[in-house]
Formats: sequence, C-alpha cells, structure tokens
Amino acid sequence: MATDRSKLAFWLLLAPCLIWLVTLIILPHVGMFLVSLREKVGVREYETSFANYAVFLNEPLYWNTFARTAYMSIAATVLTLFIGFPISYYIAKLTRGRTKTTLFLMCLIPFWVSELVRTFGWMILLRETGVFSNVLQYLGLAAGPVEMLYNDAAIMTGLVYTSMLFMVVPLVTALDSLDDSLIEAGYDLGASGFAILREIIIPHAMPGIVSGCIVVFMLSLGNYLTPILLGGKDSLWFTGLIYSQFITRFNWELGSAFGFLLLGLSSFIVFVGLKLTGQSLGKTMAQS
Amino acid sequence: MIIGIPQSRAFKWSYRAYVTLFFIYLALPLATVCAFAFNDSVFPSLPWEGFTWDWFFGTEAPYIGVFHESPILRSLVTSGVVAFWVSVLAVFVGTCNAFLFVRHEFRGKAILYVLMLLPLIIPGIILGISILVFSSSVANFLEDATGLWFDGLRPGLILVVLGQFSFITTFATLVISARLQKFDPSLEEAALNLGATHWGAVREVTLPFLYPAMAAAGVVAVLMSFENFNTTLMLVGSDAPLTITMYDRLKLGSTPVLNAVSLLLIVVSALLGLVSLLLQKRKD
Repeated sequence: MATDRSKLAFWLLLAPCLIWLVTLIILPHVGMFLVSLREKVGVREYETSFANYAVFLNEPLYWNTFARTAYMSIAATVLTLFIGFPISYYIAKLTRGRTKTTLFLMCLIPFWVSELVRTFGWMILLRETGVFSNVLQYLGLAAGPVEMLYNDAAIMTGLVYTSMLFMVVPLVTALDSLDDSLIEAGYDLGASGFAILREIIIPHAMPGIVSGCIVVFMLSLGNYLTPILLGGKDSLWFTGLIYSQFITRFNWELGSAFGFLLLGLSSFIVFVGLKLTGQSLGKTMAQS
Repeated sequence: MIIGIPQSRAFKWSYRAYVTLFFIYLALPLATVCAFAFNDSVFPSLPWEGFTWDWFFGTEAPYIGVFHESPILRSLVTSGVVAFWVSVLAVFVGTCNAFLFVRHEFRGKAILYVLMLLPLIIPGIILGISILVFSSSVANFLEDATGLWFDGLRPGLILVVLGQFSFITTFATLVISARLQKFDPSLEEAALNLGATHWGAVREVTLPFLYPAMAAAGVVAVLMSFENFNTTLMLVGSDAPLTITMYDRLKLGSTPVLNAVSLLLIVVSALLGLVSLLLQKRKD
C-alpha cells in the first residue's frame, strides 16, 4: 500500500519533468536536426541530404563568420578572465564584512538589468554623437566627432561587460573557500607573489575558472544583441546569420543547419573544457 | 582578509586604482542611460540641454513621456502577462523536479539530471528556433490532419511563454532543490507519526519550509522573463514584449523616452534582484 502510494507520487513528480524536457527540449532539437537534413527540391517536396551543410562549407562568408564568432568569443572569455580575476581576488580576500557585500552586489546589479539596457548605455557612450566623442573633443584630443561604435573593439567591450558577472561569481566562490593561512604560509616560506599565485591560488580557483570560462564562452557565442547593436551591419556574428535565414530569408532548412553547427561548437567546447579539467556538468553548473 | 603580508605601497595603490576603474566601467553605461532620461533634448546624446521630467510625464509630441506612450505601456503589460505565466509554470515544475531529484532514487536519474541542466548550455536563440521549427511542424501536421487552425502553435505569446519556460525552469529547479536539500526529513516523519497523511505532511510541513525558495525562484523567473531577448525574438508574434519593442525603437533611433523606460527597468530589476537574494538568504 505504502509503496503503491509512493510509486504514484513518483510518477506524478516525473510527469511534469518529462513533459517539459521531451516537448520543449528533446523533440524540438531532434526536429530541428531533421529539418536541417532536408533539401528543398520543389514546392513542398524535400529530400534527405547534407546539402545545407555543404552550402555552409562551400560559402566562405558562412564559415568565416562561424570561425570569427568562435575566436572572438574565445578572446572575450580570456579578456573577461584576466579583467575579472584581480577583482574577484580583491572581493574574496582583501575585503570583508559590509564592504565585501557591497562590492559583490555592485557586480550583481548590472546583470539583473536587461542586456538591452546595458547595450543601449554603451551605444550612448560610444557613438559619433556620444559621450566619449564629445569629451574627447572638449578636451581637445579630437578635432571632430569620433565614431567608436561599429567595430570589433566595441563588440568586445560589450561582450566582456555583459558576461563579467558570470566570471566574477564562480571566481569569488572558489577563492572564498581558499584558506588564507595557505597564502600566508607561502609567504613565510619565502615564495614570491607570482609563485603563490601560480602554485596556490590558481590551482585552488581552477573549478571557478573553468565554470566561469565555460559560461562566458557560451553566452558570447550565443549572444545576438551585443554584436548586432554594437557591431552594426558588418558585425558578422553567427547568430545574426541564423536570424536572417529564419526571419528574413525564410530558409528554415539552412537556418536549422546553422543552428545545429552553433550548438555543436558550443557543446564541443563545454565538453572539452570539462574533460580537460576532469569536472562534471552538474558540479560546474551548480557553481555558477 | 589577509593581513601581515608585506606589499609595496605602489602595488597597493595601483591595485585599488584598478578596482575603482573596474567599478566605474560597470556603472558607466547604466549611469549614462539614467542621466539622459532627464535631458531636455529629443536625442539621447550631448549637449546637455537642461533637466526635464518630460520623458516620464510629458504629453505633447515629441515630448511624450513613458506614462503616456501607449505602445510602450502595452508591451509592458504583455511582458507582465508573459512573466506571470512563465513564473507560475517554472515554479510549479521546478518544485516537482526538486522533490523528484532530492527525494527519489531511480534508474536513469543521472541522465535525467544532466538533461535537466541542458537548457543552461543551449544558446537562447537556438532554443527559440528549435521550438519554432517543432511547433510549426506540429501545427502543419495537425492542420493537414484535422482541417482546423492551431494558432497557438504559431509565433505568438503562447510560444514566447513556452520558450522562456523551457530554460527558466532549470534555474527554478536549482534554487528550490538547494532549499529542499537542507530540509530535515525527521520533521515530516514527526508529522506522519502524529497522524498526518503523506500529502498532508508535505503540504503542512515541507511546502511552508520551501516557500521562501519558491518565492525567490518566482522572482528570478519574472526577472529573467522580463529581460529575455534571444529566445523571445525568434518566437514573438504581433504582440511584442517590452524588450522587443525597445529593440525595434533602438534600431530606428529614438527619443530619450527609451532612457526613461530603461531607468524604470534598472530600478525595478535591482529591487527584484535584492528581494530574490534576501529570500534565498533567509534562514530558519
């Protein structure tokens, strides 16, 4: 009787989870994969083939954009790590009490705000009639209006800004758990600051570094707003291609193939990152 | 806090300067957006033409404030409706998931757990197109088979809700599971010993313990739904939520009314974020 009831409870709990995952995650992705294998041969007539993937390989614009999106995302990830690490160390190890909470909250707030608003802020700052351009002219450092929007540096600034939090939070968590006395022992034994960083701090923070990097990379790769708005028409971001195939050109077959390539790249990097450091997805995600 | 480690004065000061610069970098875009909401000019840019409240309360073109700008107000309501449903659905499924993963051992649990985390690593735009493709083919199939119309499966608010729900549920599950793990099962056993039914014990003892986490998950869901762009962009129909409306305006170049909306969004989302933190931190 009791086991029957607990079995019923189990199935009742399992049902929502399965309905959610099957209808909104698994089936749509299987469906998208099948659509990406469809080649249009006539009106409402399709054949199964890899034609859409061949289009991707044969068109330099497409795979150049793909590669560009990948290496720009890697660059954004590395930059975010290098900028964020000293900040996380400062928050975790050099402050305490109320200052620590305040600094941490100040890192959180920009993330709660919509990405659109953050990007809008950068547009006002960087554009030709923007704040930076005016300040430079006022200081006499520029003769006329300077356009700082619509280039790779602008995209990079926006990407790093948008994903900073996802680096800082896991890093602070990881560094918080490092016992201060280990660092002090290192000093007492005569190690240089750099040696302590390399031998004690970085190895300890590795789980945080990995989960931060994975999340930042995925977010940059899948970002649409920042590259399109800060990079302009020539931003050449892969998500932009997916959007135009789906919404502008109405070529869902090619769009699905692109979507799958992006998903494949993103999953591959996550997989490699986890394997290289011997961590599991569950643990990494729980960190962030 | 590490004390007793000798560091040169120059190092200390340059470290502090770096941290200060970093926080200026964080605050600058948001502060700029807010500041230009009060500029008495039709463009959100310099020069500064003086202080005005018109972008909030103005009624005469081109100085139409947020509170009199009907397209923006309408999309705000749309966003609110979407956020409400996403939050209700995500908290419900998230609570079920928490009980499933914390309380039950079953074959395939590890695989199901990884599947549950997957939405976190799927880029939002791909989540959007996959649901778009799938729901359209289901709609085509059903329409061919029955001759009826299935508008709910075409781009529109229902799909936007489902699309956002599909990944926000993972966050809700993580938040609620974390709290359920801290629950002492002997409390529930005590209730059973005192004659409570199984469901009665869960309802009277366990669920009240989970309320703060459920509320926090709900607030996080509202926040994420409100600001979601990528998934929504692919699934949106004729009724656009706020982020989509603002994006369309932004591309065309708009008056500082956008700054005013942004300022309100910053204030509200910062408050909601703090509420969700307080709810998750609450100890009892």
